[in-house]
Amino acid sequence: MILAVASGKGGTGKTTVSVNLARSTGSAVQLLDCDVEEPNAHLFLCGLKTGSEIVTIPIPEVDESLCDACGECGRFCRYHAIVSFGASPLVFPEMCHGCGGCTLVCPRGAIREIGRRVGVVETQEVDGITLIQGRIDIGVAMAPPLIRAVKSRMNSKGATVILDAPPGTSCPVIATLRGSDYVLLVTEPTPFGLHDLRLAVDMVRELTIPFGVVVNRMGVGDDRVHQFCREQEIPILLEIPDDRRIAEAYSRGELVVDALPEYRSHFATLLWNIRDSRRSQS
Amino acid sequence: MTGMKVQELVIISGKGGTGKTSLTASFAVLAAFPILADCDVDAADLHLILAPTIRERHEFRSGNEAVIRSADCISCEKCFDVCRFGAVVPGGEGEAFAIDPVACEGCGVCVRFCPVAAIDFPESLCGEWLVSETRCGPMVHARLGVAAENSGKLVSTVRSEARRLAEENKHGLVIVDGPPGIGCPVIASLTGTSQALVVTEPTVSGEHDLERVLKLAQHFGIPTSVCVNKWDLNPAMTAQIEALALRSGARIAGRIRYDNGVTAAQMLGKAVVETEAPSAGDIRLVWKSLGL
Repeated sequence: MILAVASGKGGTGKTTVSVNLARSTGSAVQLLDCDVEEPNAHLFLCGLKTGSEIVTIPIPEVDESLCDACGECGRFCRYHAIVSFGASPLVFPEMCHGCGGCTLVCPRGAIREIGRRVGVVETQEVDGITLIQGRIDIGVAMAPPLIRAVKSRMNSKGATVILDAPPGTSCPVIATLRGSDYVLLVTEPTPFGLHDLRLAVDMVRELTIPFGVVVNRMGVGDDRVHQFCREQEIPILLEIPDDRRIAEAYSRGELVVDALPEYRSHFATLLWNIRDSRRSQS
Repeated sequence: MTGMKVQELVIISGKGGTGKTSLTASFAVLAAFPILADCDVDAADLHLILAPTIRERHEFRSGNEAVIRSADCISCEKCFDVCRFGAVVPGGEGEAFAIDPVACEGCGVCVRFCPVAAIDFPESLCGEWLVSETRCGPMVHARLGVAAENSGKLVSTVRSEARRLAEENKHGLVIVDGPPGIGCPVIASLTGTSQALVVTEPTVSGEHDLERVLKLAQHFGIPTSVCVNKWDLNPAMTAQIEALALRSGARIAGRIRYDNGVTAAQMLGKAVVETEAPSAGDIRLVWKSLGL
């Protein structure tokens, strides 16, 4: 099963849920940190680094000896990543999506593709958990190519895969969620939490993936998140109380299930609840 | 007016959920006559506190998306072969292909190379941007469509409209509530701004994410301050984070205590400084230190 952990609002506890769930599965599990702008799972799971690979996207390089400055590449590019002003075209690598269009439309075959580094994918092994994380280079705008690179290392045959998604509802989140079997939406019972949960629910419904909700920091705020879930017939699979000790353990980089053993059963139940919910929604 | 330059403060965080919007709402109350801009376009929350009355709505169209006309498709697979984004969904035996709009990046390669010109390329509606009135001043905000692209361009639109309003109506300050992360919408929020405030928290994640977002701010040469929210959750980590901020060339803008009054204010639809919450005083000091 490929399980994605997402949320509209940031800081609701996606990483907390992901790492504690990974630790609680009891069998081999892959944890993919797809929050490539700010990957945090590794701060809670310190293990043996087993690999690091550079990720590139293809960008154009113009052979000036072949280019006759016809400008076709610049007219074709939707991203203004290659521009021709009556001379050999200029390439703006940070604008390029790597679609390959300029290479294909160049009538003289003067454009070839070279790799532009966008980040790294790192792998480590921690007590039966294989953590694969992407880390985008500072100043690189587009996260989806790196997220796709992280996901290409996924091995879901029979095993559980947990995807820790970035916050929000835009392209990096979509790139993470595509192809997953179930989505956990983590929220908190506050006005911001509810508002962003609604957006996230619209998004997963658009993607037609079964989903359920985890309510974190239960006890703050009010019951409007619960009301919303009831009205929309969305299952609430876990409630995590607003416990300052959890926040403190998190601040030190400790797993909740290690620092506060009384919460172990919470995460074990969560896994069962996900399986039940997935069966009833499919 | 000659010589008047509009100041722009952008509030960002790297890590999500550290308190950007709660702080922005308080600054909106404390500032004299600001223009407000919510640039967290895929999870905009500032309106929940500032209760805007919407004055203008504008469609946000950006980019194009490929659509295969199934009646004209000959299932030759050319589009499937040229698409780098896995957006072409093959049909069954002899059936038309289709484009997954969520995966399509609007590059137009399939449109160009379809041998029977069976692919349309309409402009896509990605969301809307709004100009509103609030109790603290005018506000520009936006809604990104479900699963839509181009959040960076929408952020740029919101920012430039806010600046235009400020110049036209002689407001001296634009306060921008930024998105989390360090990618495209953050870069679009940050480039060319007069100063940035990073709100972080004293956790291993807060520290890690701060380091990356400070590098980004430095990359763009933006004067940056740092404030630690919920600092008393882990005082040793707070000190460590402040040392990191100073080493990275940022200023320290102060500390805000762990306070359930922040959530209580949110429940009432008020900014923290509009309540008696203990952290309101901390927030006032942070605001003062920014010198705006």
